[in-house]
Amino acid sequence: MKFWRQPGFWLPLVLVLVWGGVVLFIHQDLMRETAFILLMAVGLASSLNILLGYTGYVSFGHIVFFGLGGYTGFYLISEQGWSLSTAAIAGGLLSGLIALLVGLAVLRLRGAYFALATIGINEAARAFVSNFEPFGGATGLFVNFSAYQKYGGAGEALWTTFILLWITTMVVLLVSYLVKHSRFGLGLLAIREDEDAAMVMVVKAPQAKTITYVISAFFPGVIGTLYFFKNGNIEPGDAFQLHMSIEMLVMVMLGGMGTVLGPLVGAVGYQWLRDYLLTSPIFKDLHLAMAGVILLLIILFVPTGAVGWVRGRFPRLRRFLE
Amino acid sequence: MWSQLTASLTDGLLLGFVYGVAAMGLTLIWGVMSVINLAHGPVIALGMFGTYLLFTHLGLNPYLALIPVAGSGLLLGLVIYVVAVHRVINAPHLSSLLATFAVNMIIIGICTAVFSTSPQNIDYSLGSLEVAFLTIPASRLIGAIGAILVTAGLYLFLYFTRPGKAIRAVANNRNAAELMGIPSSQVLALSFGLGTMLAAMAGGLIATFFPFTILSGGPYELKSFVICVLGGLGHPLGALLGGLILGLLEGLIPTFMPVSWVPVLEFGLFVMVLLVRPSGLLGAK
Repeated sequence: MKFWRQPGFWLPLVLVLVWGGVVLFIHQDLMRETAFILLMAVGLASSLNILLGYTGYVSFGHIVFFGLGGYTGFYLISEQGWSLSTAAIAGGLLSGLIALLVGLAVLRLRGAYFALATIGINEAARAFVSNFEPFGGATGLFVNFSAYQKYGGAGEALWTTFILLWITTMVVLLVSYLVKHSRFGLGLLAIREDEDAAMVMVVKAPQAKTITYVISAFFPGVIGTLYFFKNGNIEPGDAFQLHMSIEMLVMVMLGGMGTVLGPLVGAVGYQWLRDYLLTSPIFKDLHLAMAGVILLLIILFVPTGAVGWVRGRFPRLRRFLE
Repeated sequence: MWSQLTASLTDGLLLGFVYGVAAMGLTLIWGVMSVINLAHGPVIALGMFGTYLLFTHLGLNPYLALIPVAGSGLLLGLVIYVVAVHRVINAPHLSSLLATFAVNMIIIGICTAVFSTSPQNIDYSLGSLEVAFLTIPASRLIGAIGAILVTAGLYLFLYFTRPGKAIRAVANNRNAAELMGIPSSQVLALSFGLGTMLAAMAGGLIATFFPFTILSGGPYELKSFVICVLGGLGHPLGALLGGLILGLLEGLIPTFMPVSWVPVLEFGLFVMVLLVRPSGLLGAK
């Protein structure tokens, strides 16, 4: 099956391509900021989905890779004077490397034990970085202002960061599709359904899980570097927020886990909902509680998420909604 | 040096008993229904606020206030179980994790709107006891004694009453228990209620030591995870032991290195125990 003839392959990519294109064309700072946060959410949710949706392993502390990658990239930019794109890739590679080392040990755990271990790793990393002097300890790092000069000043640098994030997000969606539709991905889906049975069917579960873990850790590292470069500072509290980790899970659930389009829909839907609740005069004090109620309703009544629900309800649309 | 070490170890040990009670709630729920209750932290915080409100508005002694707090904790747990957990009890772990997390968001959301996040404290002091060279705050000592009483009560309940035996039967094998005529849904609801009751009581005891906000439950929830894993998920008595170990570590580590390294070692130990011995130090599996 040639994947480039499938409408389901093109739909998410074209959506993001057009979206970023429009933002670049209009060239408005406020719009860029909104799109940046949304694209970041899409990228993070999709990379989590590669692990969560395809292998069924619940990584509760996935934000640790965003934080560690962000810290590495940020350190390389502001202290060592690396360029943004190489630093971002280095941040991603370091996240991937750590995922490889951690994964070899932690992925032996199953179910809730794995989820607990990932929470522990995130908290340990946060506490470690708070004490790690090269990374500025508890106060974190600030970007060296000359780093912006390379890109023609701070204003232009933000646009460069946006373009890099835009490209990264499309790459994540592409990888997500390719993994799902490869022989490797079929192995992962088998692991999700029944790991022991999959191993009997010669799926090399330990290797497959570790590779998936590394892939899904690489992109948060890249995105972390871009995000903290845009912010201009990084500190442990921002980099390892367990809360953000859970928001990523919610986005994946909302859109539909195990689908390529789902995290895109979920991330945009979640952010839109959050903004609406935060700004609406009725709910603004209770926005967290309302978000909780909505999350609960989705989990109890639409566990397959928006895309999964549509796929189940309208089989004809399955070609488009991968 | 030695007197300082003994003092900080005693301090940690006494605190460890209360940590143990908080973790016992989490581990009981896990042992019976394999659900990790992410609403544990907010319930601890609710216990703190319950004690605080009863003390400041009704003038009730904080230790007496534990009784109504425990009762409301039990009721709250039953409500949470029926509304959020019952439908996802057989679903994959992600569903129950997120369902309880949704409850967490709801509680924190409502309480932030009502109480704001400014710190509160219970202005009630019992003075302190002088034993040889040690000075022990009396509230810590009473907290530890309370924790032992609660543990003993839980033990007696689980081993010597019919509902307690039913809980153990369901934890052991839900299907077999159902075949023996045990109404498993009610037993699950009761266990969830007991778990949140323990969390609320632990919160009430902690409120007598430290100032707190509605978000204070979070760190105790994370500590509870560590303790549960140390003692073996699903073993209430192991939780008390794990609590003591964690308390001792918190007393011991600051005498050797800066206090900010405590969480690094705690969570490092947590991940190590999960990897090497996921059934915990007391686990038999």
